[in-house]
Amino acid sequence: MKDVVITFLCMAILLYFLLGGADFGAGIIELFTSTKNRSKTRKTMYQAIGPVWEANHMWLIIAIVILFVGFPFIYTTMSVYLHIPLAIMLIGIIARGTAFVFRHYDAVKDDMQWLYNRIFRYSSFVTALFLGIIAGSLISGHIDPLATDFYTAYISGWLNWFSVAVGFFTVALCGFLAAIYLIGETNEYHDKRRFIKKAEFMNVAAVVFGAMVFIAAQRDKIPLIDWVFKSTVGLSAIILASLSLVLLWYLLIKGKTKVLRILAGFQVTMILLAISYAHFPNFIRLKSGNAVSLLETAGPEKTIYSLGLALLLGSVLILPFLGYLFYKFQKKEE
Amino acid sequence: MDDFIAARSQMALSLGFHIIFSCIGMVMPFFMAVSHYKWLKTNDEVYKNLTKAWSKGVAIFFATGAVSGTMLSFELGLLWPKFMDHAGPIFGMPFSLEGTAFFIEAIALGFFLYGWNKLNKWFHWFTGMVVGVSGLASGILVVAANAWMNSPAGFDFVNGKYLNIDPIQAMFNRAWFSQALHMCLAAFTATGFAVAGVHALMILRNRNAAFHLKAFKIAAVFACIAALLQPLSGDISAKDVAKRQPAKLAAMEALYQTEKPAPLLIGGIVNEKDKTVKGAIKIPGALSFLAHGDFKAEVKGLDQIPENEHPPVAVTHYAFQIMVGIGTLLLLVSLTYFFILFKKKPLTEKRWLLKLFVFAIPLGYIALEAGWVVTEVGRQPWIIYGIMRTKDAVTPMPGIAYSFYIFSAIYVSLSIIVTFLLYRQIKMVPVLYNKPETK
Repeated sequence: MKDVVITFLCMAILLYFLLGGADFGAGIIELFTSTKNRSKTRKTMYQAIGPVWEANHMWLIIAIVILFVGFPFIYTTMSVYLHIPLAIMLIGIIARGTAFVFRHYDAVKDDMQWLYNRIFRYSSFVTALFLGIIAGSLISGHIDPLATDFYTAYISGWLNWFSVAVGFFTVALCGFLAAIYLIGETNEYHDKRRFIKKAEFMNVAAVVFGAMVFIAAQRDKIPLIDWVFKSTVGLSAIILASLSLVLLWYLLIKGKTKVLRILAGFQVTMILLAISYAHFPNFIRLKSGNAVSLLETAGPEKTIYSLGLALLLGSVLILPFLGYLFYKFQKKEE
Repeated sequence: MDDFIAARSQMALSLGFHIIFSCIGMVMPFFMAVSHYKWLKTNDEVYKNLTKAWSKGVAIFFATGAVSGTMLSFELGLLWPKFMDHAGPIFGMPFSLEGTAFFIEAIALGFFLYGWNKLNKWFHWFTGMVVGVSGLASGILVVAANAWMNSPAGFDFVNGKYLNIDPIQAMFNRAWFSQALHMCLAAFTATGFAVAGVHALMILRNRNAAFHLKAFKIAAVFACIAALLQPLSGDISAKDVAKRQPAKLAAMEALYQTEKPAPLLIGGIVNEKDKTVKGAIKIPGALSFLAHGDFKAEVKGLDQIPENEHPPVAVTHYAFQIMVGIGTLLLLVSLTYFFILFKKKPLTEKRWLLKLFVFAIPLGYIALEAGWVVTEVGRQPWIIYGIMRTKDAVTPMPGIAYSFYIFSAIYVSLSIIVTFLLYRQIKMVPVLYNKPETK
């Protein structure tokens, strides 16, 4: 059952990166859209993510529940030593989640819209940035439970070159995912061109920040290159991601939308796989050189068993219903 | 501000905030379902407009409740890591099921809000019901997890270690049923009275009376039935608490000395230093009856409980008084309402009754928050009753006070914005749903 639970955990994290990430990306795209096109972008975006908005964010809840029920030591280690970035990410989640709904459901459309929009854009950016910082911190090896001073214990664990670079890389990936998703949600030629431009821009940004991640890793003495290039799985994942990049640009220029989505999702999945496979099942790398492993810190057998059962039962109920939601509200090609 | 106090305050604030939104998210879908059903059956446009108007309110509340709930699932660890380290695997079962229920609720809400004219009309109605049922299930499951903190079960506590963990037994602990029942009825009472009151106000102001009267009737019936049932559930809870948590019961009633028979205290000023209560009305034997079903039974006072295990008496006692006082008042309002309905008198002529409902808008929520204060403060100094103390669970990170200030500012601004949005929604009813039958 441990395997089932870990599979669900990985799936929930991946889906949150892809679906929640695309939601964050929508705000990020809006941030980088010229003022005259913003209201159009907003409209397309609302039609695209409105119906699936709440569902996309449930993956985070699923991941966090799996962690605190099944792997309490990992959950509490993160909570204590990454308290500050988690709190900032949560503020971002609260701000953007409410601003998104408020701006749509405010019965009077007036100057308040200006405020909602600002909050939504900036908090989308901040949330994605800190989600990335947290992910980077888990593998950066800067978290130090033995620390005695405030800075080492609660700040340097996440405020380091590597984590921050991963943060910006995540922002670019989210923007990229959103742009690709939105291309397929509009039938209007100029809109499509605009989103394609955005996707290209974000893709270049992702490549640039991706390079920064490697440079930061060198600087912080993190063996990222070894993880990615010395393991077969890491290497093949990165090769597949690079190959799909070429295909993706070809399709972007051609304007093929549905295949693009799958390809973009595939690409991000490969990147996550390349980075995380080398130290799986370790979840947190500590400064001492030790690691916190999913397999070793799993809760008692009965807990894992009932958690796995609950997840299996849940997915039987959730997945078909969710699939139908996505199917029903997808944009029909005209 | 002390870090421990800051952590407790932040938790209390987050829960207090989340509870209101989640209750609305739990209850409103049922009101919508009734109105939606009537629209489908009668083709009366007013019902369709009402369903749509309510659904906008639900969307606002659900989004706010969802993010504040996400916040809470992290906050448990951010503030109480040592508690979660041990408790997570034991009381996690209801949370993992709640994750499913909440997910289904979010999907169903997507269908419901965006499904007008896109789905089969009965499937559309059904998705609205799914929102309500899964919301209610979520509420019950979360309360079951809280009940475990009051009535720990499903493990053996040996030499400071948590052994033989059984999550199913933990979920079905002895307090889950009484607490969940009390909470569900409270959610219906509080939300029902708040919604009915707002519509009553609009009827009194003569704005779109046909629209608001239909809304009022649906909400009022739910509210009044729940308010009538609540004392019964309260009785189950009282007897349960008397058995399991005598310290909490003693604090609720500020019973410093063990008495046989024990009187019920109404009101009164608690002096925690002298351990006395001044100016309370005493009903002889009534507490014995409420706690044990026998007017002559002995009720354990705080004198039988070690001093370092006493909960804060004054806060618990006052909160309990507020809850019971308001509960009684709402019971009387409900009886009056049913009497008027029974007599078949037109509601619009009974302006005093409508005014009573307007007065009751915040009361249900005040009682509900007071009830949670009783549960949570009454459990102190324990986070897991009799097993782990709250102060031993708090995070080692210093500076929680700043976190508390920041989150207080966020919750206060959110409350202001949500109130403002609701005010605008209601103000715009004539514009958004103007139909010939309204004046």
